[in-house]
Amino acid sequence: MTVSETVAKAGNEALRPHAEDAFADELKALAAADDRPRPVNWRLSPWAVATYLLGGTLPDGTVITPKYVGPRRIVEVAVTTLATDRALLLLGVPGTAKTWVSEHLSAAVSGDSTLLVQGTAGTPEEAIRYGWNYAQLLAHGPSRDALVPSPVMRAMSEGMTARVEELTRIPADVQDTLITILSEKTLPVPELGQEVQAVRGFNLIATANDRDRGVNDLSSALRRRFNTVVLPLPLTPEAEVDIVSRRVDQMGRSLDLPAAPEGLEEIRRVVTVFRELRDGVSTDGRTKIKSPSGTLSTAEAISVVTGGLALAAHFGDGVLRPGDVAAGILGAVVRDPAADRVVWQEYLETVVREREGWKDFYRACREVSA
Amino acid sequence: MTPLLLGVRHHGPGSARAVRAALEAAAPAAVLIEGPPEGDALLPLAADEQMRPPVALLAHAADDPGKAAFWPLAEFSPEWVAIRWALANGAAVRFIDLPAAHSLALTGEAGPGPEDASEETPDVRVDPIAVLAGAAGYDDPERWWEDVVELRGARPVPGASADGAAGEPDPFAPFAALAEAMAALRETYGHGGHDRDLVREAFMRLQLRAAKKEFGDEGVAVVCGAWHVPALMTATTVAADKAVLKGLPKVRTDMTWVPWTHRRLARRSGYGAGIDSPGWYGHLFGALDRPVERWMTKVARLFRDEDRMVSSAHVIEAVRLAETLAVMRGRPLAGLTETVDAVRAVMCDGSDVPLDLVRDRLIVGDVLGEVPDTAPAVPLQRDLARQQRSLRLKPEALERELDLDLRKDTDAAKSRLLHRLRLLAVGWGEPATGRGSTGTFRESWRLRWEPELSVKIAEAGVWGTTVLSAATAKAEAQAGSATALAEVTALAEQCLLAELPDALPVVMKALADRAALDADVSHLAQALPALARSLRYGDVRATDTAALGEVAAGLAERICVGLPPACAGLDADGADEMRGHVDGVHAAVGLLPDAEGIGERWRSVLRKLSGRDSVPGVIRGRAARLLLDEGHLEEDEAARLMALALSPGTEPAAAAAWIEGFVGGASGGGLLLVHDERLLGLVDSWLTGVSAEAFTDVLPLLRRTFSAYEPGVRRTLGELVRRGRGTAAAQTRTDAGIPGFGSGLDTARADAVLPVLGLLLGIDDNELNNLAGVAG
Repeated sequence: MTVSETVAKAGNEALRPHAEDAFADELKALAAADDRPRPVNWRLSPWAVATYLLGGTLPDGTVITPKYVGPRRIVEVAVTTLATDRALLLLGVPGTAKTWVSEHLSAAVSGDSTLLVQGTAGTPEEAIRYGWNYAQLLAHGPSRDALVPSPVMRAMSEGMTARVEELTRIPADVQDTLITILSEKTLPVPELGQEVQAVRGFNLIATANDRDRGVNDLSSALRRRFNTVVLPLPLTPEAEVDIVSRRVDQMGRSLDLPAAPEGLEEIRRVVTVFRELRDGVSTDGRTKIKSPSGTLSTAEAISVVTGGLALAAHFGDGVLRPGDVAAGILGAVVRDPAADRVVWQEYLETVVREREGWKDFYRACREVSA
Repeated sequence: MTPLLLGVRHHGPGSARAVRAALEAAAPAAVLIEGPPEGDALLPLAADEQMRPPVALLAHAADDPGKAAFWPLAEFSPEWVAIRWALANGAAVRFIDLPAAHSLALTGEAGPGPEDASEETPDVRVDPIAVLAGAAGYDDPERWWEDVVELRGARPVPGASADGAAGEPDPFAPFAALAEAMAALRETYGHGGHDRDLVREAFMRLQLRAAKKEFGDEGVAVVCGAWHVPALMTATTVAADKAVLKGLPKVRTDMTWVPWTHRRLARRSGYGAGIDSPGWYGHLFGALDRPVERWMTKVARLFRDEDRMVSSAHVIEAVRLAETLAVMRGRPLAGLTETVDAVRAVMCDGSDVPLDLVRDRLIVGDVLGEVPDTAPAVPLQRDLARQQRSLRLKPEALERELDLDLRKDTDAAKSRLLHRLRLLAVGWGEPATGRGSTGTFRESWRLRWEPELSVKIAEAGVWGTTVLSAATAKAEAQAGSATALAEVTALAEQCLLAELPDALPVVMKALADRAALDADVSHLAQALPALARSLRYGDVRATDTAALGEVAAGLAERICVGLPPACAGLDADGADEMRGHVDGVHAAVGLLPDAEGIGERWRSVLRKLSGRDSVPGVIRGRAARLLLDEGHLEEDEAARLMALALSPGTEPAAAAAWIEGFVGGASGGGLLLVHDERLLGLVDSWLTGVSAEAFTDVLPLLRRTFSAYEPGVRRTLGELVRRGRGTAAAQTRTDAGIPGFGSGLDTARADAVLPVLGLLLGIDDNELNNLAGVAG
């Protein structure tokens, strides 16, 4: 309780306000215009939640900004899942807005996106179930007052949406404590001989990264409790170029790099290379391409471009040129020195070499890969 | 009272259901159906026990089977339901569309095929459904139609059951509403850009009039595309309709039933039947009740058969998710999109990979229709008979040999026919090894006609109406399903032999795709020689091989990239195999057009191979030799490489392997040693330096290398070695005569040859002397 009060107070000065604070006006307008049936304890109807995420214009003229740019289908399935009694698992490679979507979903459904468990390799059971206030416990013995509820427990008792970030990083035995919560909708407290039963409206959104190695895969028993939605990489090259250049611009400012307006062409090129290798087919759809072992996500494209900008600013003439990004691309693509190198060279020779206007880039790549 | 006009959407299960209900309620004496009237005679076959949809009515020009049109009918097609109802209830049934005789003749003149015009709701310029859907606020016309028409009655909607209490719903109401909507559309859009429709509708009206005369106004029901209903309602004069139909071109046509498949009903197969989920529609039509629940159970069963764990809990969740999604999207019932979304989220862990299985097996489905034996012969058979006549190639049970000279037109045509039939699995002719001729313009066949082949031809009728189109379709299908690269290369070769220019791009695309994804260089290296060979065949047969050349160049490119890493860390057997590949690729690269500089790239690969330590000796030696033969390796450089390979630091076995690669085999390696004393000297001094124990190890390799030489070469080598290095080195190369010949040139005797040489070359003495001067 105290935590959320502080947050509410700090709402205006916070470096990054919560979704429900930042978009409070939109949520309010939606709630006012929403005449469709709402599930118990939901702030909005599923339809309104989808509109909140995808954007739109309300009958009273309020413009709802799109929070997630992507297929409508995905948002609809996600929202609908929350209305059933299965939990929602958002999967995707890094940088596909999993956390962002989960935050906005819980803000729209429950009006509170702070019931959050951050999954790490060291996440203990207490973070998901409950802990004890040892001073109380020693002074008064086990009682409800000595119990420190986890965000999940609070969400259960209040009928809210809980969030678990990076579910697959949590050790398997800790993950499995979720099974009872999700199937029986109850959390037993054997020390007190009590239990906390979930109130209607409770549900859980988990996010996980499906390309990382060395994570704890979900047990099939747990997996069965989730409906899975895979958040895709940006659908069109234009959207991806847009995301990359916007993020690069932001990062460049914080790193005090000079802006390079001429760099858009290079950004487009990096995005094209990444997309083609990722999709395994050239942009014109005529040539198939082997895919390397790396993820080649949008996030990596951003770091390649930022690295290139730094090179151009400190060692070049300040303009992003093919040579500045070539080394970065090579590093991102060739993760496995044997197999990926062949993939990369094949790509260079069969696709890049022939492409109009890519001569400089081809030469730069040949230089760094030799 | 006007006759009963039932406007439908072709292949719409909801329409089919509604048509059945309407027919049962009205019980007309005659049912008129949109379709070619030539098919009337074939209609009774529809009631045959062996007839199993999906089937298609096939019309083709009698003298040109390539000109054909199909009217596919699935179990859930309203037309099929109407035909079956009429046959079962003793009502007359007739087709009333424009005769195929006219539509086929018109096809030659106008662009779109008749199947486009008759089978799809017109969507080339104005799609009536899209206009209506847009008016209802839907962006996807298919979905609108599904919501409004197809999903109605699939399960009692809560609202509808209240109506049911008041009395049975009117089976004609949906048709009346639809007709009204279409009438409004046609008022706005006229014929919507389909001039042919006016002609067809005029003919339909005439037929309708004739039927009304025969059976009375009330006794007639018409089942046709919803688009045509308003046109059939308008009152026109007989004279006006006849005027429209005047002077239509005509061809003689034949009709028959052919088996069809769900896959070909699907839009993507290019037959324009207009639905991409025949399996789902079939399910909607066949399911008695609870279609979504039954569908999910089907999906679960499919997954279990494929060893994917799906429990009943999954099914329950999937059904619930699909239904909740439908409510959220404001649809009356969960449709295909909702079920697919639900299956993906609940049963497939969000992945599209298992979902493709569902799409392939259930949503499209593997249903194959059947046609009774009594159906008329397929046009493919007639086409074959025609070709056999014109080529004077009689089917005979007796086996006989046939030699073809491909430079002659008839022989080339015969060869093409036989190759095409082979592709269709009609094994009339088998290629035989020719009479020792290695020219690419000769071909030998062993012919034998067996009665079973007729059955094979009937089976092949699924692929097309002419030998050419059937072979093309089959080759394209095979290209899509082939898994190994070698299979596709073989197919490409077959396509060239059978001259299927239309199939070639598809096969080439498949080939390029397989090559791009194949990580094993040896597969690529195996495929390249066949391609290079095909290029040469193509030249002989004057086919366009530009695409082939492009693919071959791409393949060579990939080999250039992948070969050096693939040559590292091979064992002896692997190295030998790879050496074979290097030879094969080298020969193939020589045959490719060198526009892309592929020859230069290949040479740089060879250079890389020859100089890299991690590459096995036999490949290194081979690469050096190939470069030397082509004149791209200086002799000094070759000697340096050899010295390096044979230096004392090298394992004797590796050195022996290098020698084998460099001078081994029947490729004239021995002569090289005979002519280049320096190389021979290097080998000689290395061999004498090999220690006694190591010698036993390298002996088998050396024996293999040198025993392949011709006896004369072996003897010469022996004599050279015996003569010793000193003497050999003292002489210049030209003077180092072959034993038995004197040293130096005997000019007088050489001059005596010149006149004859001049005669042979056809040049006069002066030029000859110039040449002799150069040589001297």
